[in-house]
Amino acid sequence: MPTITIDGEEVQVEPGTTVFQACQSIGIEIPHFCYHERLSIAGNCRMCLVEMEKSPKPIASCAMPAADGMVISTNTESVRLAREGVMEFLLINHPLDCPICDQGGECDLQDQAMGYGRDESRYLENKRAVIEKNFGPLIKTYMTRCIHCTRCVRFMEEVAGVPQLGGLWRGEDMEITTIIESGLNSEMSGNIIDLCPVGALTSKPYAFSARSWELRKTESIDVLDAVGSNIRVDARGNQVMRILPRVNENVNQEWIGDKTRFAYDGLLRQRLDRPYLRNSKGRLEPVSWAKAFSAIKNRLNNLDGSQIGGIAGDLCDCESMLAFKDLISGLGSPNIDCRQDGAALPPNIRSGYLFNSGIAGIDEADLCLLVGSNPRIEAPIINARIRERWLRGDLIVARIGEVEDLTFRVRDLGGGASTLQDLISGDHDFCKDLKNAKRPMLILGQGPLARIDGDAILSAVRLLATRFNFVKDGWNGFNVLHTAAARVGGMDLGLTPKNGGLGTRAMRKAAADGKLKALYLLGADEMDMSDLGEAFVIYQGHHGDRGAHSADVILAGAAYTEKSGHYVNTEGRVQRGSPATQPPGEAREDWSILRALSEVLGNTLEYDNISELRRSMIYHVPHFAKLNAIENAVWEKFGESGEMDLSGGIFKSSIQDYYMTDSISRTSKVMAECSRCFIKIDGATGTDG
Amino acid sequence: MLADKDRIFSNLYGKYDASLTESRARGDWDGTKDILSRGCEALIKEIKDSGLRGRGGAGFPTGLKWSFMPGRLDDRPSYLVVNADESEPGTCKDRDILRHEPHKLIEGCLIAGFAMGAVATYIYVRGEFYNETVALQCAVDEAYEAGLIGKNACGTGFDHDIYVHRGAGAYICGEETALIESLEGKKGQPRLKPPFPANTGVWGCPTTVNNVETIAVTPSIMRRGASWFSSFGRINNSGTKVFCISGHVENPCNVEESMSIPLKELINKHAGGVRRGWENLLAVIPGGSSVPLIPKAICDDVLMDFDSLSEVKSGLGTAAVIVMDKSTDIVAAITRLSQFYKHESCGQCTPCREGTGWIWRMMQRLVTGDAGMDEIDLLEQVTLQVEGHTICALGDAAAWPVQGLIRHFRSELERRILDRAKAA
Repeated sequence: MPTITIDGEEVQVEPGTTVFQACQSIGIEIPHFCYHERLSIAGNCRMCLVEMEKSPKPIASCAMPAADGMVISTNTESVRLAREGVMEFLLINHPLDCPICDQGGECDLQDQAMGYGRDESRYLENKRAVIEKNFGPLIKTYMTRCIHCTRCVRFMEEVAGVPQLGGLWRGEDMEITTIIESGLNSEMSGNIIDLCPVGALTSKPYAFSARSWELRKTESIDVLDAVGSNIRVDARGNQVMRILPRVNENVNQEWIGDKTRFAYDGLLRQRLDRPYLRNSKGRLEPVSWAKAFSAIKNRLNNLDGSQIGGIAGDLCDCESMLAFKDLISGLGSPNIDCRQDGAALPPNIRSGYLFNSGIAGIDEADLCLLVGSNPRIEAPIINARIRERWLRGDLIVARIGEVEDLTFRVRDLGGGASTLQDLISGDHDFCKDLKNAKRPMLILGQGPLARIDGDAILSAVRLLATRFNFVKDGWNGFNVLHTAAARVGGMDLGLTPKNGGLGTRAMRKAAADGKLKALYLLGADEMDMSDLGEAFVIYQGHHGDRGAHSADVILAGAAYTEKSGHYVNTEGRVQRGSPATQPPGEAREDWSILRALSEVLGNTLEYDNISELRRSMIYHVPHFAKLNAIENAVWEKFGESGEMDLSGGIFKSSIQDYYMTDSISRTSKVMAECSRCFIKIDGATGTDG
Repeated sequence: MLADKDRIFSNLYGKYDASLTESRARGDWDGTKDILSRGCEALIKEIKDSGLRGRGGAGFPTGLKWSFMPGRLDDRPSYLVVNADESEPGTCKDRDILRHEPHKLIEGCLIAGFAMGAVATYIYVRGEFYNETVALQCAVDEAYEAGLIGKNACGTGFDHDIYVHRGAGAYICGEETALIESLEGKKGQPRLKPPFPANTGVWGCPTTVNNVETIAVTPSIMRRGASWFSSFGRINNSGTKVFCISGHVENPCNVEESMSIPLKELINKHAGGVRRGWENLLAVIPGGSSVPLIPKAICDDVLMDFDSLSEVKSGLGTAAVIVMDKSTDIVAAITRLSQFYKHESCGQCTPCREGTGWIWRMMQRLVTGDAGMDEIDLLEQVTLQVEGHTICALGDAAAWPVQGLIRHFRSELERRILDRAKAA
C-alpha cells in the first residue's frame, strides 16, 4: 500500500487511490467542480490543484494516482494562488445573477467563491453569452452559467448510457449541447440537475418557484416504482416543491429516475379531497364522512362475507394494507388480493416474489437473464446498476422478450415461452453460458407473470433457476422485478385470497356475473374496471383516476408524501416514508379511514393509533421491525406446474409508457409532456407534434 | 555552415523526384535490412548516443522516449504515431519532408517501429495538407509494393503496417494525446497524464508519438552513426536541424543547418539577411509562435539550440524563426498570436479556455493603448495564472509570447497607453 505525505501527515492508501481521495480520507477538503466520485475523471476544472514535491507545476489532485513517497501540500501560498486564479477564470464569464438563479443557496461555485473568489472583478471585457438549449420538458438550461465541467456529459454517457450530450466547438466557444435539440431521451436525465455544480442545468418544473432555504426537507421513500428510491421531499407550506435523491448505496446510490423526481405536480391535480357518494342520478356528489360510512354500512350489512371482495393497489403503504386486510377478513370475506394485475406471485413464499440477489447483488453477478422485463422503464435505477456492472466487463446480459434498447448490449434469445422451454431442456446455445456462469441472475418481469399462464411461467422459470444453479450457497439469483411499490409489502402481509377465496381475476369475473356484490378498492387503479357488473364499488385513494370513476363511494385518502408508512421494495427491503405535507381538504391517512370505517361497520379494528398498528404489523410479520434491512428469504418450492401457452406471443413488459404508470404520474402535466416528447406512438409520423 | 554532404534532407527543396527509385538513388532504403538486423536495443542505443532530441518542439530525448516502450514485454500491441499535424505558426519543415522526402519518413517509421516493437505506424497528417497526404500515400503504396513495409518488411521477417490518417485542421491535435484522441475518432482534447502514451496510448496500447523530422532523420543516423550526428552542435543539443526562416528577411526559406548555429549567421547566410540590414531588426521569435520573442540585442549573439535559447527565456521550439524588422507593430503581432491561441484552445481546462480569451481581449486594447497602466501587470498576472495550470502545454504557449512582449517591450506598451491618454 502506498504511503504518501499530505501536509506533513503520513497516510497509507489503497493502490489506485487518487491524491484527492487520499486528502479526503484524512479530512482535508479540496475544492473541486468537475470531479465526481461516480463519474470518470475529467481533470479539467483545475480547481483541485495541489503542490507535489519535485513537480515544477501544481498537479490536479483528482487525476493523480497516489504513489509511494509522494509529498503533497494543500495549503501553501502557491496552491492558494493557483485556486484563486482558477476561480477568477471561472467567474469572468459567469453571470452575476445569483439573485435570480435557482441554484442560488446550493451552488458549488457560489460556495467556493466565498473561499477563493475576489471581492471585485478585474475583468473589463464583455462577458460571454450562450444561447439556451432544448433539453426537453424536464431540464431548464441557462448555458451562459456553464463552467464546462462536463459532469452532465459524463453522466449521460456513463451512467445513463444515452450519449446525447457533448461539447460542441472549441475553447471559450465550447457549448454543452445535444447535436439535435430534441431533449434528453433518458429516464435518468434529471440527475444532471443535481450534478451541475452551477445553475446551468436546473429543474424546469421547479423553475423560479422557491428558494432552497425556504423549503422544509423531509426524508422519505419513493413509491412510483418498486425500487424504493430514497428521496428527500422538499415542501413549502402544504405543497411539495421538488423531490431529490438521498444517498443509499444499496438501493439508488445517489440517482433517481425522472418519474420519481418530476411526477410530484400530479399531487396537486385531480385530488380526492373529500368523500363522494354516487346519487340516484348516477353522479358522484360530495358528502360528509359520516354519510359515506353509513352508505357503505347499509350496503355491506346485508351481504355475506363471500360476496365482498377487496383489492389493494400499487401505491399503498403497509399500514393501510394491514388495516385493509383486517377489515376485509373482519367482514368474513376470504376474497382479498394485492395483485391487481393478476400476477402469479406465490403467496407466503417470499423467495418466489423477491428480487432475491438484492439490487447491490447486481454488482456481483456475471450473467443476467431478463425474462419479459424491460428494466429501463420498469426500474431505471436497476437498469443503471446493470449498466454499471456491464461497463465493468465480463457480464453477459440476455433476454427473452421484446427487443428494446437497454443502454447495454443484450443477447436476444427469443421472444416467449418456447425459448424458455428450450433453455430448460438444454436445447439452446445459451445453455453453455448459463452452465459456465458463476453468479447468474435472472430478472422476471411482471408482464409474463400477469399472463393467464403466469403460474406455469413462474414454475418454468423456477425450474430454469434450479437447473442452472441460479440459487446456491450465499447466492440467490432468482429475481422478480416488481413495478408496484406496494406489492412486496402486500405479499408479505398476506393480502392474497384465503381458503378458496377469489383473486383479482376471479373477483372481477364474479362481479360481472353478479356473484360478488361489493368490491373495496384500496387505491387500485391499474385494473380493468369496464365490467364490474352491479357490484357496489368503494374506492379509497387520493386521485380521481380509474378506480374513482367506477366507484359508488369514494373515501379520500393520502398520497405517499402525506403519510407515514412502510414500504417494502422489490428486493424485500423494509423502508419507512414520512409525511412532508398534509392530505388536502378532508382527506385522511388511509389506515385511519379504515379504522374509522371498521367502527361504523361494528367490527372495530384492534388498534387505536399507528404505533399499535405497527406493533400488530411486526407481530404478524416480524421482519417489519428491521428497517432498511433485507430479511433473506428461504428458497422454497413454489409455482404450480402447468402448461405454458407456447402460442401466447412474446413476453412483454408490463409497462408501455414509463412516464404514466399510476394515478399520480398520470395526472402530472410534466409527465404528460415527457410522454408526448419521448414515447413513440404507433403510427406517429415525423411531423407529429 | 553545414556541408552539403552532411545534409540529411538532400531533396528538401523538391528539386528531384520524390519517387522510390529517385529516393533510393539518394540513399534511402539502403541496407535497411542490415540496420534492423542490429536488433532493437542496439538501435535505441544508437539514437541515445546520437543525442537526438525531439524535433516537434519540446525537445525530449528521442532514445529515452523509445526506451519507455514495453515492446515485446507487453501482451498488448504497441504503436508508433508520427505527428505530422504541423500547425505551429511559422513552421513548415514537416510539410517539405512529407512531399519531397516521404521515403525518409517511411523508412524511419520502419526502423523506429522495429526498435520499439510496434506493430503499426499511424501518420497523422494535418488536414490542410491535402497534396502532402497524397504524396505521402503514394510513397507508402510504393513501399508496400516494393515489400519494404507490410508483411515481412524488407525481408526481415518483421511485419509493420503504415497508415496515413488525415486530421481536420485543429492545432490542438498536434498535442500528442489530443492527436491520439482524434486518431481514435474522438474530439481532439488532450488527455490527462499519467498515464503517459508509452503506457496507455492509441486504443489503450503502448504508443510513442514522434515528430516527422525526428523519425525522418533516424535512417541517416543509423547509416552514418551516432557520432557523426552528434558531431554537429553543442553537447546536449546535437545534430542537424531544419530551420524555417520567415518574416522580414530577404529570402524566407527552410534550411537544414547544424544545431547551435548563431541566429545572426543563420539569417544572414541562408535568408539573405534582415530586410534593410541587421540594424533594422526589431525582434525574432526563434522557435515558432509558442516561444517568447527575443529583441535584437539578444539576437546579436544567441545560438540556435535548446539550451542557449532557454537561457534567454525563450526556446528552440520547432526552430521556426520569425523575423520582425522595425516596421513591425510588435504589439499587434503578438496580439495576432493571442487570437490564434484563443481560437485553438480546446476549451477543456478552465485557465486556458477563459484565460486565452481574456489575454487576447486585453492585448487588443493594448494595441491602441486603450488600457490603464496597471493592466500591463494584470495581463502578466493572467498569463501566469494560465501557465502551468492546464492539462497540456497550449496554455503555456498562449502565455509565453505575451510574457516575452511584456519582458522586452514594456516601454512600448506604456508609450501607447500614455499617447492615447494624452490624445484624449
